[in-house]
Amino acid sequence: MDTTRNELNRNLAQMLKGGVIMDVTTPEQARIAQEAGACAVMALERIPADIRAAGGVSRMSDPAMIRGIQEAVSIPVMAKVRIGHIAEARILQAIDIDYIDESEVLSPADDVYHIDKREFDVPFVCGAKNLGEALRRIEEGASMIRTKGEPGTGDVIQAVRHMRTMNRQIRELEALRDDEVYEAAKQLAVPYELARFVHDNGRLPVVNFAAGGVATPADAALMMELGAEGVFVGSGIFKSGDPAKRAAAIVQATANWQDADLLARLSADLGEAMVGINEDEIETIMAARGE
Amino acid sequence: MVVDVSYISKEHSEGIEGERSGVTGILAVQGAFAEHAAMLDRLGAPWKLLRAADDFDASIDRVILPGGESTTQGKLLRSTGLFDPIAAHIAAGKPTFGTCAGMILLASALEQDDTVYFGALDATVRRNAYGRQLGSFMTTEDLDTYTPVDGLHSEDDPSGVIADMPMVFIRGPLVASVGDDARIMAVVDGDVVALQQGRILATAFHPEVTDDTRVHEYFLGL
Repeated sequence: MDTTRNELNRNLAQMLKGGVIMDVTTPEQARIAQEAGACAVMALERIPADIRAAGGVSRMSDPAMIRGIQEAVSIPVMAKVRIGHIAEARILQAIDIDYIDESEVLSPADDVYHIDKREFDVPFVCGAKNLGEALRRIEEGASMIRTKGEPGTGDVIQAVRHMRTMNRQIRELEALRDDEVYEAAKQLAVPYELARFVHDNGRLPVVNFAAGGVATPADAALMMELGAEGVFVGSGIFKSGDPAKRAAAIVQATANWQDADLLARLSADLGEAMVGINEDEIETIMAARGE
Repeated sequence: MVVDVSYISKEHSEGIEGERSGVTGILAVQGAFAEHAAMLDRLGAPWKLLRAADDFDASIDRVILPGGESTTQGKLLRSTGLFDPIAAHIAAGKPTFGTCAGMILLASALEQDDTVYFGALDATVRRNAYGRQLGSFMTTEDLDTYTPVDGLHSEDDPSGVIADMPMVFIRGPLVASVGDDARIMAVVDGDVVALQQGRILATAFHPEVTDDTRVHEYFLGL
């Protein structure tokens, strides 16, 4: 990937800012998401809550199913590959996907190495629990970062933890003397140039979204309050009682997260939220996949 | 261009309290609105983010419609109540600048889509004209400018040129056909990618993600 391509891929993430990216499993769901105001959709065969319930190995979705979703909507279509699965990523690039999510939600294909994303023209988004992980993924070529949250639980606690950790570490790095950044880069296990960028600019060099456990308009507003530039909503929409209404409410809550009167109206009469499970009730911590 | 993180929580430029006119309102319901705000800061021009209908006050006499997803922005224009004040602003012939999604919102017609948003720009626009993200590209081209006769009409011949403008297309649209009232500002590989109509500017590309402030400067002079 040349620098222009990398820049164009970061630019697409900039265009998604302030928006909601929704998990969908069918063209019909994709149309509902677009109609509700989603800024992109994530095409996958099973949403994270079902992946967690079903267990077993979870892989890239069927390209025919992804194509069906690409044909159904005009907004960008993303899809997931397993961590380290170079061939799945090549397949998604071949079907002209708009963004690849190298995702811990699927079963990792490689427990040591992530994909060398610089070898691809198509953009990648990767999950990160903290600043070190985020900068390592960016060094590998990711052009967008999201928190890992704990997918499929409907419990926002991990997304909150990751977003707070990341932004606290950014503030700490920013506050250092210039000559202290070398040691900070060593501690974070990241290249000096990226640590220096964060020190100088007080932000990641790419857009940073929240993901994992967002189920309500209030959850989306909370993540924006904590510094997310937009949100991914996975199981929270199509596992709820009235997906179209909930989706539209989360879109509006993300756009106007500071307006409490509006949030009160948006939160009313949404029907049943996904039941969810608490973080401490689950066996597989997906966020621990890929450091 | 990297935008400072403080733009996440800023609502307007420094020191605009008490300004009664001359403020650029930037539609801020979704997309790359902070990038436009950063551009205007570099030019020292006051701006205010438009997130809700109340934000559109008497100080606003220019409007920027940023890049992002036009379907998302279209929904939120309605739900926030911002559609009507912006439509009235455009109809009054006041300066309006749309980039990418903003061009789609301004167009009088879209190809293969019956939706019309503001409908003020005399042109038919093709969404995602260069395909998906792998079709996104950067190029450099000249941009012709036209003296406005009034808010919604321009002279026939160019009055100036912004030479060698960097143009970044991100899943960009193009102009499929140009109506009588619109003037062609730029052509890339035979396709029309920028229009002017009186005090309306529309570009299929994103000047706000580059370091080049000339299009914004031209807009502020309209």
